[in-house]
Amino acid sequence: MEIKRNPLSRLTKKNEFYLFLVLIVLSTFLAISNPKFLRLENIFDLLRNNTFLGIVALGELVVLISGGIDVSFTAIATIAQYIMGFIISTYYIDNILVAILLPIPIGIALGAINGLLVYYTRVHPVIITISTLNAFYGLLIFLSKGTWIYNFPPSFRRFAQLKLITLVNERGIKYGLSIFTGIWIVVAIITWLILKYFPIGRKIYAIGGNLEAARRAGFNIFRTQLFVYCYIGALSGLAAFVHAQLTQMIQPNAIVGRELDVIAAAILGGASVFGGSGSVAGAVMGVLLIAVIKNGLILMKLPAYWHQVVMGAIIIIAASISALQRKIKAKRESVSVG
Amino acid sequence: MIEISAFLDLRNISKYYSGVIALDKVDFRVEEGEIHGLVGENGSGKSTLVKIITGVVQPEEGAIIEIKGERVHNLTPFEAFKRGIHVVHQDLSLFPNLSVAENIVSHLYLEKKNSFINWAKVRKQAHEVLRKLDLDMDLDAIVGDLRIADQQLVAICRAIASDAKMLILDEPTSSLTWREVERLFHFINSLKKRGISVIFISHRLSEVLEISDKVTVLRNGVNVGTFSKEELDENRLVSLMTGKSIIFQKKMKSVENREVILKIENLTRKGQYENINFSLYKGEILGIIGPRGSGRTELATSLFGLNPPDSGKIFFEGKEVKIKNNMEAVKLGIAYVPENRILQGLVLDHSIENNIAITNLGKISNKYGLIDKDLKRSLSIEALKEFRIKAQDVELAVKTLSGGNQQKVVLAKWILTSPKILILDSPTNGIDVGAKESIHNLIKELAEKGMSIILISDEESEVLYNCSRIIVMKEGKILGEYNPESLSEKSLRKIIQQVGENGDQEKSFEQIN
Repeated sequence: MEIKRNPLSRLTKKNEFYLFLVLIVLSTFLAISNPKFLRLENIFDLLRNNTFLGIVALGELVVLISGGIDVSFTAIATIAQYIMGFIISTYYIDNILVAILLPIPIGIALGAINGLLVYYTRVHPVIITISTLNAFYGLLIFLSKGTWIYNFPPSFRRFAQLKLITLVNERGIKYGLSIFTGIWIVVAIITWLILKYFPIGRKIYAIGGNLEAARRAGFNIFRTQLFVYCYIGALSGLAAFVHAQLTQMIQPNAIVGRELDVIAAAILGGASVFGGSGSVAGAVMGVLLIAVIKNGLILMKLPAYWHQVVMGAIIIIAASISALQRKIKAKRESVSVG
Repeated sequence: MIEISAFLDLRNISKYYSGVIALDKVDFRVEEGEIHGLVGENGSGKSTLVKIITGVVQPEEGAIIEIKGERVHNLTPFEAFKRGIHVVHQDLSLFPNLSVAENIVSHLYLEKKNSFINWAKVRKQAHEVLRKLDLDMDLDAIVGDLRIADQQLVAICRAIASDAKMLILDEPTSSLTWREVERLFHFINSLKKRGISVIFISHRLSEVLEISDKVTVLRNGVNVGTFSKEELDENRLVSLMTGKSIIFQKKMKSVENREVILKIENLTRKGQYENINFSLYKGEILGIIGPRGSGRTELATSLFGLNPPDSGKIFFEGKEVKIKNNMEAVKLGIAYVPENRILQGLVLDHSIENNIAITNLGKISNKYGLIDKDLKRSLSIEALKEFRIKAQDVELAVKTLSGGNQQKVVLAKWILTSPKILILDSPTNGIDVGAKESIHNLIKELAEKGMSIILISDEESEVLYNCSRIIVMKEGKILGEYNPESLSEKSLRKIIQQVGENGDQEKSFEQIN
């Protein structure tokens, strides 16, 4: 016989549940103050424009669950993007598959460098990846001399227009759900499958929960950590392609600087910097929440500087709430145990 | 005699660490389905023996290791694990973020054939294990949300799930309440019936005697002997462990000069303790005994300003005071040595001198208010002598010391502030007999010099032989005040256990028999 808890009480214990509520409340609020917000066209745009953020946030989620952190992914994405752009524009390779598949192994290779350094030096990953962020980025700027790339082959431009659903608005202009949103959804599903149904995924949770216990249980720590940093590398490569598609140009300085948005989205979604917790649903909603807030600020016509203030405030609030939860929990325990 | 029932048979086990003898020709034998107590002071070779049994270190040449009658050369951790030898470490080594079910069967992730996780199977297998052991737990509960006692059972279930034939339990009762200890013992006995051998390691000798069939005593790396439990009592065990003949402990006389230094009136903090009244006299040792959750620690932290009470009054030397934070408490002359020295009492990675300096910055500053390194060093060197701390040098990290010596560093750092009131929360928890005695002697010396001491403990003998008055707490209330001279260990235990036995803590988890 086993004790079953009320499924509703389980739901209300979940971070994702509250995140979902906040998302709904915020969206309703925005929709009331500006009816444009809830229009499908705006929502599709929102999803499309946040694909880069959405994909790398899933990678960051996996790293955070394992108890690590990666801030170098922007540099990894930039390098992967630049090499890809350089090759397809210089040799004029009119094949979109090359553009998609080229940045991924580059991302994996650079991620592997992070993974190896984290495992062998045992220095905190935030230090390692800040260092590799600077090293990777510096090297790229030196080699590229900061030149922009924009003369892409036609297939590169056509792909960006692909839509999964096409609709027409009242002014007769076509809009739709972008292929990139589809890519984001597929990556989310793959990440979810890995975390939930593959032993490597459970080991990622395990090492994030208690590294020493994982070692004693005989889990391969090296392989798990290497996987984690290669995974965010691979997703950075893929996201780099998406980013290049969305902007249709490659600037070496376009992506670096967005690290905090991504980490904020993952943490907002319930991942902890102490490792061991976080979910795909949370990370997706974290990105959506940030997207909705930014979109709301634009619709409210607030100056761009305010966006940064609001972002900062959100991170502080989200982090305080999870710290508060921990504190309440610790208190409960100390009363019942101590 | 045909020796077929031995699960583990070790003969002639020696181990040297850079010339120092950790184990010297030790024989050790555990039968199938036997509960075998293993006791010894720190440094007696217990942990080395466990490491050899689990294959973590290799013994010197000439050693014979037999598991189930089969000679094993080169026992590796993996080999030991495969043959069913499992350790439940004091820290339990669980994954606090994962569910009960997943923790129990996490070994499945190691098997190559499980390339895709079948959650129904995970739950089913975990459920099987719980059913086999007559345990009823919520499989989906997150382990970190469980109480320590339940976490411990999860850790044991995990070992059973991966086919443990012998469990080594390292200090399993150090953070359990009495009821939980009882439940654990019941559980261990049910394992025994299944033919599982248990090595039970603990500093709590009464518990070792209660649960074990046989007890092996190690002293300075030598097996002093293996005894059946009928041959032993606590005093005999102590003398075997320490090699000293037994000193009959004397109870303390109550203090003659009843000068009140601290008076508490109707102190209440909701959900923790209520209507607490007592006085503390100058130069006395007042014992507060009660199980975990009785409010004793919460009360102590309130007196140190860390956990402000909701209502009630505190009088210090006759004047009413409000102790709003720990700085005010220190200013008044109150010192608090917390229960958990590792988390709350020490900065483990730092040196002994830095740890002592933390509370004594005033003493080691020069006239510009900067720290004088020579003063800092000499203060710590004096402390080593005064508190009989065994350490090579004051610059060594505290974590390199044994538990008993670590605890003495915590005591030193507070006693050097010359407090008027010293609150000690379970100061000898997890410390071996020898170190325990020297801490008790130290406390008595301090009281004689006029310091007032509140000694919080959950061991009857500790308060009985070291305090001049005893207050019993239970469920946030004071049950009564007692004179140790009118009590025995048994009668004190009875008083503590009589009320509220069927506490409401057991809701989340029940054992079915």
